Amino acid sequence: MPAYAVRVDVTHLPGILDPAGATVERALPALGYGNVSQLRIGKSIQLIVEAPDPEAARAQVDEMCRRILANPVIEAYEIGVTGLVR
Amino acid sequence: MTARVGVVLFPGTNCEHDVVWAVERLGGSAEILWHGDATSRGVDAVVIPGGFAHGDYLRTGAIARFSPVMEAVRAHADSGGPVVGICNGFQILTEAGLLPGALQKNAGLQFICRTVELRVETNTTVLTGRAEVGRVLRVPINHFEGNYVCDPGTLSELRDNDRVVLRYLHNPNGSLDDIAGICNEGRNVVGLMPHPERASEAILGSSDGAVLLHSLLDASRQVARPAR
Repeated sequence: MPAYAVRVDVTHLPGILDPAGATVERALPALGYGNVSQLRIGKSIQLIVEAPDPEAARAQVDEMCRRILANPVIEAYEIGVTGLVR
Repeated sequence: MTARVGVVLFPGTNCEHDVVWAVERLGGSAEILWHGDATSRGVDAVVIPGGFAHGDYLRTGAIARFSPVMEAVRAHADSGGPVVGICNGFQILTEAGLLPGALQKNAGLQFICRTVELRVETNTTVLTGRAEVGRVLRVPINHFEGNYVCDPGTLSELRDNDRVVLRYLHNPNGSLDDIAGICNEGRNVVGLMPHPERASEAILGSSDGAVLLHSLLDASRQVARPAR
């Protein structure tokens, strides 16, 4: 069975507080980057999934996202199948 | 008959002994339910206490929801048995889908540990049967993620069906509609951020939480459930 590297980016939905993002955004102007806004810090989850094809890997990870990896009440997620690892 | 209350213990839970102490002091009997055992051992009521279950990794309550004991808690709730989630327990109940919405980080981004004032909004739940509607209770909160949030449809449903159980008089954390606690449709599952067990006797600075725990013990005795 082939295996695929998959990456999931989990981000806060708009309106949900992101203290880490807000803090970093406030720090950037001090370094001279005054042109930055809407900085959000989320989570990156990487995994290897054995599946017959990339579509099947993506579908299974999508199910994982809905069941545990993300909370749809406060979070959005994006799945990237980044490559065949074997 | 003495009400038997099961207090769920996950790795990282830290308020279980406070709940056991308060329940026993108020005349109930309490026992710890280990998260890895898929049984509620026939208790009359289940309390999921505060703490940091499974380190709160991924999200608060996200991993706890899949502990073996949670299937038994769900079955207990489905059969009408009282289930109360306090603080981290409330977060776990929302992740488990036993209560709607989620708890996000406090507005103001501070961990808040102090006594707040709560208004009792309904007395037809397992946690408020003995309280009068409108009564103000002084009970401590102790959390970083207690800012209740849900979609507008869920909020209307909570309001229209009298499912907001407790509201903050002075909103400490940004919670939607000042919500401090809610219940499910059956009114037998209640989640709240404040800690009634920490306000259950005068020496703790307030005994206002005792009316909530007494209500739970009443409800535990009343519930007739099939023997298991």
